[in-house]
Amino acid sequence: MQVHLRIQRFNPEVDSKPYYEDHEVEVEPTDRVLDALNKVKWFHDGTLTYRRSCAHGVCGSDAMRINGRNRLACKVLIRDVGTNITIEPLVGFRVIRDLVVDMEPFFNAYKSVLPFLINDDPAPTTERLQSPEDRERFDDTTKCILCACCTSSCPITWTNDEFVGPAAIVNAHRFIFDSRDQGAAERLAVLNQKSGVWRCRTVFNCTEACPRGIQVTRAIEEVKRTLLTGDVS
Amino acid sequence: MYHRFDAVIVGAGGAGLMAAAQLAGKANVAVISKLYPTRSHTGAAQGGVAAALGNLEEDHWIWHMFDTVKGGDYLVDQDAAEVLAREAIDAVYELEHMGLPFNRTPDGRIDQRRFGGHTRNFGEGPVRRACYAADRTGHMILQTLYQQGIKHQVTFFNEMMMLDLLITDDGVCTGVVGYDIHSGEIHVFHAKAVLLATGGFGRVFKVTSNALSLAGDGCAIAFRRGLPLEDMEFFQFHPTGIYKLGILLSEACRGEGGILRNDKGERFMEKYAPTLLDLAPRDMVSRSIYMEIREGRGINGQDYVHLDLTHLPAEVIETKLPDITDFVRTYMGLDPVKDLIPIQPTAHYSMGGIPTDVDGRVTIDEENTVLPGLYAAGECACVSVHGANRLGTNSLVDLIVFGRRAGRHMLKTINENDFHPLPKEPDFRARAEVSALLEGDGTENANVIREELQEAMFRDCGVFRTAEGLTSLREKLTELRHRYSRVGVRDKSRTFNMDLVETIETGYLLDVAEAVVAGALAREESRGGHFREDFPQRDDVNWLKHTLAYRTSGGIEMRYKPVVITRFEPKERKY
Ligand SMILES: Cc1cc2nc3c(=O)[nH]c(=O)nc-3n(C[C@H](O)[C@H](O)[C@H](O)COP(=O)(O)OP(=O)(O)OC[C@H]3O[C@@H](n4cnc5c(N)ncnc54)[C@H](O)[C@@H]3O)c2cc1C
Ligand code: SF4
Ligand code: SF4
Ligand code: FES
Repeated sequence: MQVHLRIQRFNPEVDSKPYYEDHEVEVEPTDRVLDALNKVKWFHDGTLTYRRSCAHGVCGSDAMRINGRNRLACKVLIRDVGTNITIEPLVGFRVIRDLVVDMEPFFNAYKSVLPFLINDDPAPTTERLQSPEDRERFDDTTKCILCACCTSSCPITWTNDEFVGPAAIVNAHRFIFDSRDQGAAERLAVLNQKSGVWRCRTVFNCTEACPRGIQVTRAIEEVKRTLLTGDVS
Repeated sequence: MYHRFDAVIVGAGGAGLMAAAQLAGKANVAVISKLYPTRSHTGAAQGGVAAALGNLEEDHWIWHMFDTVKGGDYLVDQDAAEVLAREAIDAVYELEHMGLPFNRTPDGRIDQRRFGGHTRNFGEGPVRRACYAADRTGHMILQTLYQQGIKHQVTFFNEMMMLDLLITDDGVCTGVVGYDIHSGEIHVFHAKAVLLATGGFGRVFKVTSNALSLAGDGCAIAFRRGLPLEDMEFFQFHPTGIYKLGILLSEACRGEGGILRNDKGERFMEKYAPTLLDLAPRDMVSRSIYMEIREGRGINGQDYVHLDLTHLPAEVIETKLPDITDFVRTYMGLDPVKDLIPIQPTAHYSMGGIPTDVDGRVTIDEENTVLPGLYAAGECACVSVHGANRLGTNSLVDLIVFGRRAGRHMLKTINENDFHPLPKEPDFRARAEVSALLEGDGTENANVIREELQEAMFRDCGVFRTAEGLTSLREKLTELRHRYSRVGVRDKSRTFNMDLVETIETGYLLDVAEAVVAGALAREESRGGHFREDFPQRDDVNWLKHTLAYRTSGGIEMRYKPVVITRFEPKERKY
């Protein structure tokens, strides 16, 4: 079948501002939107630029706006988006070129919540024990692939570049509720600042955007509750 | 731009990051990666990482070693397999201490599941050896190791692509040259120790579980610099790729009880591997699938069979295989709880690669002469612990055990040596390559060349091979190389030029394909993942040896290296 792609283009070396470009390509209904982009790039216009790697929704490279929603291009099939497809870069990030945005601020926000296990006790010779229930407690937030679909969908991040954004909070949650971790206080201090969780107005955009099905808003609410009660269980 | 680091690690997958974790805080270390670290394909690994922890039933490292040797059809270097099996245990504990969220047993220990070819007591029956985190084990390893890099403030150069390896005339590795994808700038990295951890090259085949970015960069660059590639003819085809797409459905599906069925609904593995059935090693299962298809028992006579999970409790499917369930729903519109899943073998893993010793040091000949300053680990390396066929869950172990050993040995090299001077004009070759592509007037499209390559490789160098097919494939490669010499990059920008990146990658694919085909043609026997229909038997008299392929001006030269045998004498491989 033929689909019509409307793609936002921008090359800083020649363009003063972004513009849209149209392409018709032949694809199967079961092809991914990424396959359609590849067709354009490989056989029509080699200058079209986007990130991609795994092609099956696990590496987080190809987050972009597809018909107005943040999706991974490799995790959306043509038959689910119709024959007129508008593709734009993520909102709220500086565009480097075409669909490629600057991810540095996103990763810096991630790093700011100390996303690593903090535990200064000497490690045992075998594993640290953790019950299946304790492990289950933070399972949902371990799934994050740092694709930025959530952060880019959050209206607060569009207007306030200090807000750490939902992805960083998700990753703080992953450690705060890990029974092996002792760094909750440090992380909560970061999230209690004015750039932290209190900026979130619980709009749920982020949960809807997450390609991994993470209950993002719920994780944020749990972190807020912990800040109020001090309870990390 | 010029940089100087004690250690430069190329590749931020499991192998590179595990090495970096050993060096962090003790030396000045840089990790360069053409992807953001968390985009590396280690994150796609699903099923598990093997270690004889014995958390659920009796297990011993020597059983793991035996399975590795036998699974590899006795082409495994047994000294290396012993290191792998022994150190796996401690390396898995190290990951747990770093924070990796393994699934747990009721008493809080790391949970373990069954996987193909892993047995108790030297082949008696399946054993629970694979430590796992749902079907996201690789994702958790990658995240955990990247988090350690952040914690220890490792310097990352992201979206920086290695184009060249710097080896001096007196044979010392002194650094690498990188291309900054953001700006188009060339960077020279001067180092005392360099680790190649650039992953595999499944993209030489049409149907593959590998990422679009896996083009064998490290292998190809080493090959171009005159270093050998070992056992390249051994490439693993995983039995259960999603039909046509190649997306992997982990062996964990069968580990949890899934069954392969033909058009008649028969559990055909009963015929081919009566003891281990669907959990026989991958090369055997992939061949069995093709035998069924050839004999007309593919589904509706077509080139696929079914993976059947429908008899498993829905809860097992949803909780132990959640991502796989999601893939099947997303890409096939099927529900594994109720539907049979169409699958076909998919190109998955390279057993061969850059030869190294057990400390990750790159070796350059049949005497295992070390090239000072250069290391390799992970899928781009060949230690060789996988021999002719890798067991499931043994790659992740390889990454963490040999990534760790390489990192530790690099520390020693760094402490014992000064910086060796760089060769003159170190970035000359890389600059010439880039400007030839950007300024040349070639008209061939690299993407067309790549697709023809993938098609031809999958057809003539896949699960079944013959002299005839391989010879015509070799001619095809010569033609493609010819056309590649006239390739044109359509994008001339300096900013994020992915057309240039993909064109360079296609060149790497052509190089590694040449080594694979040369090995496949030379090896006149069938062993593990390499099956020659014209030589269907294993031939220990003539072929119990590793191949070393060298690129010379007169074409590919083959040399041979003996297999290290310590504990287990080669026997026929039955399951
Ligand atoms: C779908 C799938 C499932 C798997 N499941 C399992 C499993 O359950 N158990 C198991 O043991 N194994 C599994 N494997 C195999 C295993 O995951 C891989 O072999 C392993 O992760 C490879 O790791 P690596 O560190 O060598 O390379 P990768 O993780 O592939 O990383 C390569 C790195 O090199 C970088 N790089 C490459 N070229 C360049 C260049 N020119 N310049 C700069 N950087 C470069 C990349 O950016 C990347 O960071 C699976 C593989 C696949 C594909
Ligand atoms: S719930 Fe909070 S973080 Fe999520 S989109 Fe809304 S405001 Fe942003
Ligand atoms: S929480 Fe979901 S949407 Fe947000 S970065 Fe992680 S995976 Fe992406
Ligand atoms: S390419 Fe990896 S998530 Fe889409």
